Amino acid sequence: MSSKVIQAMYNDDDILMDAVKEVRAAHHHIEEVYTPFPVHGLDKAMGLKGTRIAITAFMYGCVGFSFAIWMMNYMMIDQWPQDIGGKPSFSFFQNMPAFVPIMFELSVFFAAHLMVITFYMRSRLWPFKKAENPDPRTTDDMFVMEVAVDGNEKELISFLENTGTVEIKVTEK
Amino acid sequence: MSSHYEAPIRRPLIIGDKSYHDITVEVAAPVEGKANKLWWTAFTIALLAFLWGIGSIIYTIGTGIGVWGLNKTVGWAWDITNFVWWVGIGHAGTLISAVLLLFRQKWRMGINRSAEAMTIFSVVQAGLFPVIHMGRVWNAHFVLPIPNQFGTLWTNFNSPLLWDVFAISTYLSVSLVFWWTGLLPDFAMLRDRAVRPFQKKIYSLLSFGWTGRAKDWQRFEEVSLVLAGLATPLVLSVHTIVSFDFATSVIPGWHTTIFPPYFVAGAVFSGFAMVNTLLIIMRKVSNLEAYITKQHIELMNIVIMITGSIVGCAYITELFIAWYSGVEYEQYAFLNRATGPYWWAYLLMMSCNVFSPQFMWSKKLRQSITFSFIISIVVNIGMWFERFVIIVTSLHRDYLPSSWTMFSPTFVDIGIYVGTIGFFFVLFLLYARTFPVIAQAEVKSILKSSGENYKLHRDAGGKNPAPGKKVIKAVKATSEPVEEVLGEKNVLLGSLGVFDKATQTADDLKLISGVGPKLEGVLNNIGIYSFDQVSKMTEKEYDLLDSLLDSFQGRAKRDDWAGQAKNLKNNG
Repeated sequence: MSSKVIQAMYNDDDILMDAVKEVRAAHHHIEEVYTPFPVHGLDKAMGLKGTRIAITAFMYGCVGFSFAIWMMNYMMIDQWPQDIGGKPSFSFFQNMPAFVPIMFELSVFFAAHLMVITFYMRSRLWPFKKAENPDPRTTDDMFVMEVAVDGNEKELISFLENTGTVEIKVTEK
Repeated sequence: MSSHYEAPIRRPLIIGDKSYHDITVEVAAPVEGKANKLWWTAFTIALLAFLWGIGSIIYTIGTGIGVWGLNKTVGWAWDITNFVWWVGIGHAGTLISAVLLLFRQKWRMGINRSAEAMTIFSVVQAGLFPVIHMGRVWNAHFVLPIPNQFGTLWTNFNSPLLWDVFAISTYLSVSLVFWWTGLLPDFAMLRDRAVRPFQKKIYSLLSFGWTGRAKDWQRFEEVSLVLAGLATPLVLSVHTIVSFDFATSVIPGWHTTIFPPYFVAGAVFSGFAMVNTLLIIMRKVSNLEAYITKQHIELMNIVIMITGSIVGCAYITELFIAWYSGVEYEQYAFLNRATGPYWWAYLLMMSCNVFSPQFMWSKKLRQSITFSFIISIVVNIGMWFERFVIIVTSLHRDYLPSSWTMFSPTFVDIGIYVGTIGFFFVLFLLYARTFPVIAQAEVKSILKSSGENYKLHRDAGGKNPAPGKKVIKAVKATSEPVEEVLGEKNVLLGSLGVFDKATQTADDLKLISGVGPKLEGVLNNIGIYSFDQVSKMTEKEYDLLDSLLDSFQGRAKRDDWAGQAKNLKNNG
């Protein structure tokens, strides 16, 4: 498959949205869209699947919750049960109310941090990572749609010009 | 477009005729510009206060807690008052960014970045106090359940003080990642605008290579939403647990079930007051009045009014319950607060926290910037005294009248407190000069629904400020204007100097922010190839350029091409 792409630049999010819909309707393949801010509904218009990152957060939260229970049971009940202030530590369930705050805190801690780490890994974001946006203006006020070329360069360019693009560039990827 | 509709009754959140590019330029301006005298003065004062604080801390650690004003009756005083005060201030940031996100309040976008920064900086100050209060700071890690040489010696998970350790460290770290994730697209904006290589390097590092792909934005929004969902109960839990430090004890005046909601309301109250204090100054100094509008300040004033009234209800409920309980100790504790030797602190607390926010019922007063600023300071003072009253007046009259005493702070107590204020402002002032202080990506996403000019277009039939779709003309322009254009070209080149391809090498004009490959081509066509030529541009040349390039009206001037080119020329 050819790795040639056309980068069509737009200067407005509504024009971009219409363009994305037109390009999709004409059965051209949109490789990527770069935008300076979240354009609502763009993912649906592009046909992107929903993200499952919220589900991972729930699972990480469950891990944190279980870890908190295991940790406090081991330290307070199992390994060295003490009688603190007339409140002996003989059974997990009788002592449990005092453990609720930390169970909650650790659930949140695990869910939040592991979800953010998952997000950074999946979206390839980390220190010293090189930015890959095709034009520096895409973090300012320009929107770039990358459309794959499949031997139909001329036709595609004239098609895209009619969608309201302000700049068109053909590059190898 | 109808999808951007917002009811006309909602006041605009972005004032003036802004484009996406204007937002970029105006948010980046304080970072790219030079610090003025006022900033340096404020920074110097804050730094001196911070250094004084460091000195006091070193003196405390070197000599012992005895250098503080504590005595055997009053074992908690300024240190814990300051701790609770700073934690309370640290509540507004997450409330603004998390709770208001869940409620889809668009006005949070102008202020959330700075409010979160304030949160993080003030929680850092708060954390200092319990650590210093330990005395032997080098054993601070004993609060964590880490394996140690004693084998089975673990922390006591029944203790609210340990819950506090977990609550505050979770809060600090989660607020930090929440803040940083939101910062990535804005750091990327600064990175892509940066002209000097050092700045470019730093902002590339900080932005983690943010690119702005559609999928990244989809995940970004989901992550923000889930973090908001997690941070909302978290922020409520933090001050709840701080209140447990008192409520689970058996000291009259502390042993109160109303403490958790009352503390949380008080924390939000003081936090919003501090946000108002900081942002009223920042919007002026950093020229951000279009983004942090009067509307924002008014809404924060309403939150201050409501939470202040909740706090007032809690004060009165406490008094009523003390009387109604029939417990003499409890009754004495409250009578002593109001009429005992610390009556002045109680009066200050009541008038600052309950009385002063009631002025905000008046629309005129809550829209006044000066008045809001004064009230925000008053509230900060009042909330400090609230904690002082709760802590010191409950302790100084204990069960044995022979040990009744008073508390007076030493210069070390005061030094550490002033030092943390200094430290806080050192961090905040540095932040204001190096970070994008407004979540510009998010603000851009509400421009079409809440921008003043867009609203005007929808509601009153003004001109739509959005760039329209360019219609491709079938007939090419006639050749007549070309002559005229050629004439302008020559005038332009006459003042900028002609570029000789044979002897000079062309610069990469794309490095100038605002110039892309197409524009570079256009400039080359005119005969502009080098930074040297661009750097000579003045008002006259900009106007000429505008008449040559009709699709880039005013852009060269707004982006200060000449200034950028000068920098590039000198660095290249």
